[in-house]
Amino acid sequence: MNKNQKDWIDITSGVNVRKCMRCGKCSATCPSYDEMEYHPHQFVYMVEKGNIESLLNSKSLYKCLTCFACVERCPRGVEPAKVVEAVRLTAVRKQGNNHLIPDQIPEMLDEELPQQAIVTAFRKYTK
Amino acid sequence: MQTFTYYPGCTLRTKAKDLDAYARSSAEALGIQLVEPDNWQCCGGAYTTATNEVATKLSAVRTLMAAKDSEGLVTVCSACHNVIKQTNYDISRNEDMADKVKQYLGLEEAYTGETNVYHYLELLRDVVGFDNLKSKIVNPFKGKKIAAYYGCLLLRPSKALAMDDPENPTIMEDFIKAIGGTPVIYAQRNECCGGYITMEDKTQAEKRSSAVMDSAQSMGADMIITACPLCLYNLKKNSGSDMPVYYFTELLAEALGLKEDINE
Repeated sequence: MNKNQKDWIDITSGVNVRKCMRCGKCSATCPSYDEMEYHPHQFVYMVEKGNIESLLNSKSLYKCLTCFACVERCPRGVEPAKVVEAVRLTAVRKQGNNHLIPDQIPEMLDEELPQQAIVTAFRKYTK
Repeated sequence: MQTFTYYPGCTLRTKAKDLDAYARSSAEALGIQLVEPDNWQCCGGAYTTATNEVATKLSAVRTLMAAKDSEGLVTVCSACHNVIKQTNYDISRNEDMADKVKQYLGLEEAYTGETNVYHYLELLRDVVGFDNLKSKIVNPFKGKKIAAYYGCLLLRPSKALAMDDPENPTIMEDFIKAIGGTPVIYAQRNECCGGYITMEDKTQAEKRSSAVMDSAQSMGADMIITACPLCLYNLKKNSGSDMPVYYFTELLAEALGLKEDINE
């Protein structure tokens, strides 16, 4: 376990992962559940245990829609989306590790796609 | 006439011009003057919850500061509303954030969340009043079953957005009643449409947006309304449903008898 990395994620998220009582409500309410290898409750548990490397390399990081359903519905106020955000930032802040590069954008566009989608994707997928 | 600062955001200038035009003309007809600040910047689309991110929050702070001396800051797009309200909430409670922003922007005095932020729906409810709005309707949506789609950004996190009950909201349904329609309550009204995932995973966006449309249709809706350009895109483009999707401001303008003026 990389203690520095865990501490850094705790600072970035501002979340106390030890408050989690493993009820699974965050994952139950997550609209991306089926698409994720690691689900919101697992993010919280794995960060608590310092098992961060597998999260950093998982595509699950880019499946969170930032819809705040888990944040709103957690009975312990753990706010799992903030943990996912902190791990995702730890991944994309590494040099050359952006998940989306501008050259990929043109093929994703269509006539009606709102600018809002592009701006948000950049904010979520790059440092 | 009351004057508010109005922040359209990037998409209302481009792909969602009608959301903007209907909002402006309706406000004017309701006795509200919306004044756009000079040189506003994009809000960023998504609020970064990370405690050690400052730069990504600065444009929202600039917008908030531009509205400090007015009655309040009004937004229409759900994403702008979410980013600006979360920024305002956090900076009003976090001295360290306020101080960092002050240093970045070279401010003489720190900004600590003084601006009142309204979503356009809140403006209708809290400033205009739904009863007052009702009295001004000339083309009521009589007999129309209208499903309100809140999505994720209008309501959550409720601590910061403080707009309505995050699980059993009524503001859009009350709006529908005010314009003479019949609101349809359905299970998926405050679940996510898929948002920006449409860019890299169409299948996931299709799954989410069809769940929303199917849910509204199964409860007998004739049409669905939203405040968000990205929700409108997903529900129209990715859901596979042919139920009409409208911006709530379009129905507002139509009910107020302003729609033809705009299209001329």
